[in-house]
This record gives sequence, C-alpha cells and structure tokens, in this order.
Amino acid sequence: MVTVTPTADAPTAAPPTARRRPSGRPVLRLLILVAIVAVVLYPLIWMVGTSLKSQEEIVNNVGLLPERFTPGNYTAGWSNFDVGFGRFFLNSAMVSLLTVVGNGLSCLLAAYAFARLRFRLRGMWFAVMIGTLLLPQHVLIVPQYILFRTLGLVGGDWPYLPLLIPQFLATEAFFVFLMVQFMRGVPRELDEAARIDGAGPFGIFRHIILPLSRPALVTTAIFSFIWTWNDFFRQLVFLSQLEDYTVPVALTLFIDSTSQSAVGPMFAMSVLSLLPVFLFFVAFQRMLVEGINTSGIKG
Amino acid sequence: MALTTAPDPTRRGPGSARAHASRRGPGRFRHSEGLAGYVFLSPWLIGLMGVTAVPMLLSLYLSFTNYDILTPFSEVQWVGLANYERMFTADPSYWHAVRVTVTFALIAVPLKLAAALGVALLLNRAWRGVGLFRGLFYLPSLLGGSVALAIVWVNMFNRDGAFNSLLSLFGITGKPWVNDPDWALETLMVLAIWQFGAPMVIFLAGLKQVPTELYEAASVDGAGRLRQFRNVTLPMLSPVIFFNLVLETINGFQGFTAAFVLSNGTGGPVDSTLMYTLNLYITGFTDLEMGYASAMAWVFLLAIAVITAVFFSTGRFWVHYSDGEER
Repeated sequence: MVTVTPTADAPTAAPPTARRRPSGRPVLRLLILVAIVAVVLYPLIWMVGTSLKSQEEIVNNVGLLPERFTPGNYTAGWSNFDVGFGRFFLNSAMVSLLTVVGNGLSCLLAAYAFARLRFRLRGMWFAVMIGTLLLPQHVLIVPQYILFRTLGLVGGDWPYLPLLIPQFLATEAFFVFLMVQFMRGVPRELDEAARIDGAGPFGIFRHIILPLSRPALVTTAIFSFIWTWNDFFRQLVFLSQLEDYTVPVALTLFIDSTSQSAVGPMFAMSVLSLLPVFLFFVAFQRMLVEGINTSGIKG
Repeated sequence: MALTTAPDPTRRGPGSARAHASRRGPGRFRHSEGLAGYVFLSPWLIGLMGVTAVPMLLSLYLSFTNYDILTPFSEVQWVGLANYERMFTADPSYWHAVRVTVTFALIAVPLKLAAALGVALLLNRAWRGVGLFRGLFYLPSLLGGSVALAIVWVNMFNRDGAFNSLLSLFGITGKPWVNDPDWALETLMVLAIWQFGAPMVIFLAGLKQVPTELYEAASVDGAGRLRQFRNVTLPMLSPVIFFNLVLETINGFQGFTAAFVLSNGTGGPVDSTLMYTLNLYITGFTDLEMGYASAMAWVFLLAIAVITAVFFSTGRFWVHYSDGEER
C-alpha cells in the first residue's frame, strides 16, 4: 500500500545543497536562535517566577526569579472568591471534556457522510460546511445568546448547555473538514470488502471508519480541549453566576480587584490555568506541530 | 498517497464488488445509502439550522430593530436602516473602533508573518535539536488567546513590570505602557507578534516542499543567497504566504481577549484598545443594544468577506502554484 512517488516531495535524506550553498555560520545561527528563545520564553519564566514571590518581593524585586520561593500565592489564590478556584477548574474541566466528546462524536458522523456516502445534495451541503469555516463567532453570538436565553438555558439549571449544545451538533466545521480530509485517505477497498461481507453504511462506519479514524479523533480531541480550555469570549457571554464561572472568566475577577495584594495570587492561578495546556503540549508536541503542518490549524 | 485516492473503479462504474452488492439490488443499496447519508449528517444539519442559519437570519432581522433583550419579542421596534445609518454617520466610537482594528491588523500581521518566515528560514535545515526550537517557538501560539497570558502581558508592560526593569538595565526610564493611550495598542501588537509560532510551523512545512534542485540550478547560474531567496524561495513559498496572510488577517480582525483583559472590558485607556469585537461586545452585552450590535456584526461579516475576496483576486498576480494550476 505504501507508494513512493519519485517526485520532489519524497524525503531526501542528505542535505544535497550542503556544499553548494554554504550554510555559513552554524554557530551564529544557533546564537540567534538562542536569543530568540530567550525573548520567547522570558514572559513565561517571569510569570512562573512572579507567582512564587512573596508579596514584598513582587513590589521590590522585578527580577526574573524570586530570591526565596514561596508557595503562598498558590494557597491564597486557590481559596479566593468565595467558592474557591478549585470550583472554577472543575467547571472548566467539565466543559472542556464534554466538548471533546461532543466534537469527536458529531464531527466524525458528519465527516463520514461527507467523505464516504452518496446522497442527494451532498456537494451543496459540503460547500455550506466549508462556508461556515469562515464565519466569525462574533456574528452569531448575539442571536445565539437571545436564542438560548429564550429557551431558558442561559443561567438555567445547567448553565453550560449553551456552550455544549453547539459542540454536540458538529458546528466546529474545522474538525469536520479535518476528518473528511483524513477519511479520504482511508482506502475504499476496505469499504468494498466490508460491503461484500454484507455490511451496510452503519456497519462500515462501525467496523472500518471508526477504528481507522483514531489519529484524526486524537488530533480533534487535543485541539478541542486546548481551544475550549483557553476560550474566553463564549464563556464570558454565557456564564453569569460566580459559581458557574470557568477558569478564564474567573481570572478576570482578579483584574476587577487590581489591588496590589491580588497580583501574586493572580499570577499563581494564571500559571495553574496554563498547566493543562502545557502538559498537553509536552505530551503531544510532535503530533501538534505535525497536525498544523498538514492542516493549517491555528493554535 | 496517489495509489490510495486516485484509481478507484468502484466509485462510479460497476466493478466486481458492485456486482456482488447488486445481489441485494443496486437501487435498494443506493437508496439506503442516501438515507444513511442524512442520518449521519443529521447532527450537523440540526446544528447548521439551529445554531448557525436561524441565528444568522435572526441577527439580520435584529439589525433593523432596536432590540435590547429586556423587551419581549412582540414589542420589538422595526427601525429600518437606522442602526446602519447611526454606525456610518453618527457614531464616532464605531469608526474609532474600525481604525483601531485596522491599525492593529496592518502593523501586527505583516510583522508577525515576517518574524514567522525569518525564524522558519533559520530552522529550515535539519539538525539535532531543531525540533526543540520549533516546539518552544510554537508554545506562545498554543497558550494563545488565553486570559492568563494576557494578564501576564499586561503586567509585564506595567509601570513596574518586567519590561521596564529590562529597560532600566540600559539606563532607560520606562513608562506604564499599558496605561498610555499612545502605547497600549502597541503592547497588544507585540503580544500578537510574539505568537509567531503558528504561521512559522506552516512556513516550515512550505519550505520543505521547495525542490532543492531549484537552488542548485540558481547557484549554478551564479545567484547569491539573496537572489535565491527572492527568485526561488519567495515565489515557491507564495501559496503558503498567501494562506498565512489570509488566516492571520482574519484572526487579527477578531482579536478580543487581550484587549478585553488590558482594558478590563472597556477598550481603554481612552478607547485606544477598542477593537471591533470588543466594541461589539460592549454594545450588545453591556449597553444591551443588541439590535445595533447585530448590525455591527453583519458589517463585520461583510468586511471579512470583502477582504478575503480582495486577497483572492489580487493573489492571482503574486501567488505561484508550482503545478501551474490557476486557482
């Protein structure tokens, strides 16, 4: 099944231009890169450093790292705002994980229909789906808010429905598109074989497409999680009760109270809020970067 | 790749597999597949109708009303083009927001792409540790639009933030950048440029596609590295540059989180960070003028459509596809 096309995009192992095009000064290049790394990482290190400084040090020591590491900001931040930050983390985790499930399920179903099944108006629906890729969420937010509010779902018994319902209805066209592209690479001979064995469209989906789509599902899951965890706009609009807040919305509470004493806990909670994304990054670094390579994902 | 997608005889014409399937009758099978297509598509279709299409029509309707969420639907007043008229002729803060947004996109997007391309060129050759650099540069993009990162940024450019302490090393006295109307937007631009990792990764993928023979041919013809960059790299990379340009411009126009955090949701200081989407949010959800906000949203949608169309129509003149195909 593996075919090597003898064209330019076949991987050529050795750098063939090494002699012709003198790469010049590898040391210089390395120095430049290290300098850029320093600039890129500085704010992140400074954030972690500040979160570990005592109140006094935050004011007096603007250096990168604290002279004495103190975890006080973390304990103070964690118990902040009546309900405590743990609650906000739980809320965020729940919304993000359910979004992962919703996106994975619904986008996979839609993608299978687009990639594999023949039905009336498929081309038109596919074009519509591509069209919604370009639709900014800001255009839909006001009417969606009105809609969900009219249905009694904003600030209702379970205030996360307005955030989750769209995710269970495959509205994230990007993931549908990603999966369609992926499924097109799955050999059709497998479908045909299953069909000969008597499988219908559902059987083919269950036994061929679903198990083979795991890489696309994992990519979707990672990006769904990270994007939802980082999302602010929708959560700001739809969540109104303090105990329902997710982490990003809760973090803005710190800005409301810009007293000096809040800076340390604010940094501590900021660090914690980035931790899940950072861990994903460490675990899936290679996959993430390749995922963007092949699909042009915006991080 | 080629083998798995292109030659697929069973797709249209009757192949051997199809003959087997026809035992159950080809018509029946096709019918059931058509039905199955809509069954599988149904969540998406419901979403399209309920969460996208109907709300869009609703917002179009609301843009001609003075809806404010508090009055019931039955009493909504139709005001015709009044919202649009107000936007274009009688609302200085609207035009201010447009200026802020365009300024932001015009400066931040090219600089971000330049940084992305520059670093991608530095990382283009394979050597040990290149993956580490790639990952580190991508990290800020991944943490991206998070509130936490915006908070860090705002504090870094505060009066006694890290940036000023850096400046003081060189004997420069800084200022509270984020509180200065002349500099607040610039700090947001720096934040955007700092997140050059995402377009960089796409550039890297593009650079890998440039055939090395072209460089060899160019250097045989005596082209120096600058000429090679201009006459080989740039044209070969133009589809990727185009892709990044469209993507980043649209993203730039939608910037919200950082502006919200910096100004505590007001667009300040002195409206200097009043991005379009922030203005829309304030209009709809703080001032509760949802009709007017809907009109803003529609103009925004049209503007993005026009910008995309302009990109695609001018792209013909400078985007080269190596297969010679016109897009």
